[in-house]
Amino acid sequence: MKNRKPTYFKDLSLIFLILGLIVSCERDLSEDSVVATFPNTGEVFTDNPINLTDEFFISFDPAQGANTEGFGIDNNVAYAGTSSIRIDVPAPNDPNGSYIGGIFKDRSGGRNLTGYDALTFWAKGSLTATVGLVGFGTDFVDDKYAVGLENIQLSTDWRKYTIPIPNASRLLQEKGMFIFSAGTQSTNGLGYTLWIDELKFETLGTIAQPHPVILDGEDLVQQSFTGSSIRISGLTQTFNIASGENVTVQAAPSYFDFVSSDTSVATVNELGIVSVVGSGTALITATISSVLASGSLEVTSTGALPAAPIPTLPSSNVTSIFCDEYTNATSSNFEPGFGGSTTQAAVVTANNDSVLIYSNNNFTGIIFDNTVDASALSFMHVDVYAQQAGVQVEFQIRDIGANGVINTNIFTGQPEGDDADYRFTTGNLTVNGWNSFDIPLTGGILNQKNNLGAIILAGGPNFILDNIYFYTP
Amino acid sequence: MDSIFRKIMIKLIGKSLVVLTFLMLTSCDPNEAQRVASFDNLVMQDEFDIEGTLDSNLWTFDLGKGPGNDGWGNNELQYYTDRTENVTVENGYLLITAKEEAFNGANYTSARIKTEGLFEQAYGRFEARIKVPYGKGYWPAFWLLGNDCGQNIWPQCGEIDIMEYLGNMPTTVFGSAHGPGYAAGDAISKKYVLENDRFDTGFHVFGMEWAPDYINYYVDDVLYQQITKQNVLEETNGEGQWVFDHPFYIILNVAIGGNLPGSPNTETVFPQTMIVDYVRVYQK
Repeated sequence: MKNRKPTYFKDLSLIFLILGLIVSCERDLSEDSVVATFPNTGEVFTDNPINLTDEFFISFDPAQGANTEGFGIDNNVAYAGTSSIRIDVPAPNDPNGSYIGGIFKDRSGGRNLTGYDALTFWAKGSLTATVGLVGFGTDFVDDKYAVGLENIQLSTDWRKYTIPIPNASRLLQEKGMFIFSAGTQSTNGLGYTLWIDELKFETLGTIAQPHPVILDGEDLVQQSFTGSSIRISGLTQTFNIASGENVTVQAAPSYFDFVSSDTSVATVNELGIVSVVGSGTALITATISSVLASGSLEVTSTGALPAAPIPTLPSSNVTSIFCDEYTNATSSNFEPGFGGSTTQAAVVTANNDSVLIYSNNNFTGIIFDNTVDASALSFMHVDVYAQQAGVQVEFQIRDIGANGVINTNIFTGQPEGDDADYRFTTGNLTVNGWNSFDIPLTGGILNQKNNLGAIILAGGPNFILDNIYFYTP
Repeated sequence: MDSIFRKIMIKLIGKSLVVLTFLMLTSCDPNEAQRVASFDNLVMQDEFDIEGTLDSNLWTFDLGKGPGNDGWGNNELQYYTDRTENVTVENGYLLITAKEEAFNGANYTSARIKTEGLFEQAYGRFEARIKVPYGKGYWPAFWLLGNDCGQNIWPQCGEIDIMEYLGNMPTTVFGSAHGPGYAAGDAISKKYVLENDRFDTGFHVFGMEWAPDYINYYVDDVLYQQITKQNVLEETNGEGQWVFDHPFYIILNVAIGGNLPGSPNTETVFPQTMIVDYVRVYQK
């Protein structure tokens, strides 16, 4: 038998060769080769951690207040089997940290979760507290497929929780098995214990009726210009689950397929970053598994934005708020979210030059994170760009007083308490060019400008700002 | 070699048949032995193959908010119409669509079709292949009413609900029978819960087999309930009356809101459509 084999083999190989030539034009994988896949283990914790890293629980940064002491396994409490995960949520003044949270990570190369539709677990609390975040897909490396379910309400008896997978086809090699974050916001600072058991990826078959959302479901219109980029945020996926409830999870951009209607105007990558590459209008939309997401971004570019005049004052004369030429004296909040505000504000950077683009403004503000002492300064400089005729912008330079709080009369909009301001309105702006203003620090703030805290912006409605700084000539 | 293989196969098949038969014989609990007749004579079918219209030889409409203008006795919120946007046939399917719109004093429109006076039958197998909507407030149904409700006021005329479903319970359907002594909230009813599946994501066959002394309820190939004359007496302390020996007609509808499902909420999606692939009726 053995010495006959070579001839047999030779004949066969010839036949196979001929067959191969006849039946296939391109080389396919031979039948006994298997595409390498990662293990599809669904269990994360049953009575023990299942194939997780040795440290099992990887805490958020203790330097940021995360408490690493409150995590362990409880051998006296279990939903099923003999033990559960026990998390002691600390009080805000706990010397070991004011909240607890972190991740569980797969110990090897990651898992193939494409066959599952949800991460589920059983949990109960010593109080009916609300846990801020549970989810998966965070691995503290690139968090590419992070998913978060916010604010789950605990019961004092075991209850099952379901975190739907937004788009399981993406999870070919996932390492982030679980994430949680819990504080005492819902319990007025009272610490409590949270138990978690039977944590596993499951194929429920009842995760249905997907409703993906981008940009919080809004259809935004934004002016931009070549070279700028815009991040698509407000990403969620909603499913109806077996209980009949809709469950909405925060979903990382990589679960979505983004599309630009005109890639000569704007392109969009898998991280949801829109890059404006030419003039014209493009509509950015997204799908998950062919289901169109609510929300869109219509971006209109008029080509490249000319650079604003470059400031020439020595930095010793300047206290900067938003300017690439100087080091800003404070960071600022450009999206304060005032009630009734319709404004969209975006910091857009092209060619290392950042500008502030305002769309659909009625009123908003630039809120300084730290107050500015302008006692020795006499002007505020700002450059304003308009793309439509008839645009006027009002600047209200606000001193917020010693209490460090913006005090505004809600009926008149005027400063009250220890606040004072000076208001300046531009005339009609020159279209498609930078308009430079040097606004004196006068009026209500002539003698009170040591706690400048905000610049309130009214009117427009569409304009671009650059080079905002206080100075003395 | 071939014949040996065949012999082995025959032996194997024979053996497995014996085992199968044994299993079939032993798996029935004798106390709950269910009677199953075979109804294989197809006497009515609508495959919904006429594009754009219902077969008027088979179907007619219930319109409005019910004879008492009270939401069909259940405080249902919809106004039934025969408009194409509420009921039509497309691509081989019957579509009954519920919409949220102000219409004749109602906030929703939908449709309810029936075979009253056109197809009525006592006994047999009634089945339909259906996919339902989801969300709080949706209450689609496939059911039968006795053809004598004009003379013998409901529930004396009898009602057999082959499939009722509430949109906020997407894995559950109900099969029920209503008669004197066991009507409305006290109907004889049983729910069936799908495992690892739901009723709004695919078609399921809802079947009912009705003989002189029992009514069997099926989802797909699963018999989940049998109602007998004896059940009716037991469930009603001897008060209930078996009223299922005369012809009944078929109703298909999508109700919105009312006593059973409660009102839609802000998350309920409108419009949505109940899709019916076919309705078939068999006799012995």
